[in-house]
Parts: sequence; C-alpha cells; structure tokens
Amino acid sequence: MTTEHTQPDPQACHEFQDQLPELIGSGQPLGDHPHVQTCENCRALIRDLETIAEAARQLLQTEESEQEESSGDGLWERIDSAIKAEEGASAKGSQRE
Amino acid sequence: MPQPNAADATATSNPGESGKTATPHRNVGRTLPANLAEQEALTRAQQGDHQAFAYLYSLHKRRIYSLCLRMVNNVAEAEDLTQEAFLQLHRKIATFRGDSAFSTWLHRLAVNVVLMHLRKKGIPVTSLDEAMEPTHEDGPGKSFGAPDLSLIGSIDRLTLEKAVADLPAGYRLVFILHDVEGYEHNEIATMLECSIGNSKSQLHKARLRLRESLHSVVRLEARR
Repeated sequence: MTTEHTQPDPQACHEFQDQLPELIGSGQPLGDHPHVQTCENCRALIRDLETIAEAARQLLQTEESEQEESSGDGLWERIDSAIKAEEGASAKGSQRE
Repeated sequence: MPQPNAADATATSNPGESGKTATPHRNVGRTLPANLAEQEALTRAQQGDHQAFAYLYSLHKRRIYSLCLRMVNNVAEAEDLTQEAFLQLHRKIATFRGDSAFSTWLHRLAVNVVLMHLRKKGIPVTSLDEAMEPTHEDGPGKSFGAPDLSLIGSIDRLTLEKAVADLPAGYRLVFILHDVEGYEHNEIATMLECSIGNSKSQLHKARLRLRESLHSVVRLEARR
C-alpha cells in the first residue's frame, strides 16, 4: 500500500468522513480507499476507531467473566420470592376457576 | 430454597451427544461438558423444575447483569432489570424451541427488558437521532489537522468502561449492542425500531466520542 505523507485537505477529509459510517458499516477494508492512502490524518482516525472497537470486544467481554458477582445472592432471593408469588397467585386463580 | 450453584447440577452426560461440545463449564463437574448440563437443566426447567431454573440462573446471571448494568449505567436499576429478565425467562421458558442457542435467546429477552424499561422511563429509543443525540455543538467533531497520539496499546479496561459510561444514552446503547454484544446493524435497527443507517451513524458517533474521551486521557498521561 502506498502511504504518502501529505498535508490533509480538510475538504477531502470532510467528504471522506461523511461517508465513514456507511464505509465502516459495509465491512469493506478501508486501507485501499484512495483518500486513506494519501491522508495520514484519516488513517490515524480509522486506526483509532478500529482500536476502540477491538478494545470493546476484548476488554469489556473479558470483564464479564472476571467481574465480581456484583448482583450478589440477594438478587436470587428476590427472584425466587417473585417466582413463588407468581406461582401462588396462579394456583389460587386455578382453584377459583 | 438453597442458593443456586452450578456445582449442584445433577445432569449426566449423554454419550450420544458428546460430540456437540468440548468446553466444560468451570463450575460443573470436570467430566461434564457445559452445554450438556445446560441442556438437561433447560429441559427440566421447561418442565417446571425449580432447581434446574436456579441452575440456569447461576450460569447466566453475570452476563445478564453485566449487560443490564452497561445499558442503564446504574447498579440498582441493573439489579431490578436482571430480576425482571429472569422472571420473564421463568414465564416464557416453556416456549423456547431451540431455534437459536439458549444464551442468545435469553440475551435477546434481556435486551428487550432493558429497552422496554428505557421506553417507560421516557428515553425514546425509537428516535435516536432526534432525542438521544447531543446537540450539534457538543457532538463528536470531524478529525482534521495533525494526527493525535495513537490509542493503540493505551486503552485499559477501566478507562474504556468510564468512557462508555459517560456516553449519551443513545450512543451507549448502540455501541454496547454492536461492539460489545456483537449484534449486527440490522438486528439493532429492529430492536431499537430505527433504520440501519441510523444504527451505523450512532455507532460511528459513539466511537468518535470515545476517541475524543480516550485521547484526553492519553494526553493527560503523556503530560505526567
């Protein structure tokens, strides 16, 4: 890939960045885009956005398996009570019928 | 009722299904592949077995709580929503037919619980651009001029967590659903009742906002 270091053209950057949500959403590799090949600024932007997306996948998903059980046992007690209350109400309803 | 504990599972392995999985759950007996235990528990829970339901809770509570917490950014609300998600699971578990993985089905159920809650609270998840996006002045700007310090290798979990928590609600929802939970734009659009283009746009703006936030941290660190 050719990587020329030129001064960013704000108008070209503006136009490219306007298209970015669609370009990224399409899943196509952006490295081959003509503007990216000539603009270090937009290359850095794309690199950062990819880093953030990757960090979210790696760091935040890992966190789920490592985190303390913040929800604690008290939550199960609440759920258990609510289930029993629902089942009790349902049983009473059936008896009335 | 005893506390649910994955180690309490009494499911036994079915040799005929042994090829289905190879990853044992860390809390289940060493010889018992996790999804066989889960499958057995699921079948029993669908038949009304309370212990089996408690076991399913123990398997999935962390992920569901974590999802709720990230989406609402409030511990008390996250606990309430986790409770509601499992209550709904209890009501609906008999309708699960296995068209998708159980974890996927439960996850979607929990997302819907959270979205319903947000709608009740008055956060209009159906109109992200109009109601949840910051004003144009304080939204993430375009990037011109010299590149800033690179973020590569400089993002840690806590910094990212805080930056995500500080996102406006609409940005945070789409970012979590797409980048953390792995939903596709078409799925997010369906869940949030918005267009696919809207979902892509919100995700992009969320990442831009995170970039600004993370660069601030990197610049601060560099000055020290």
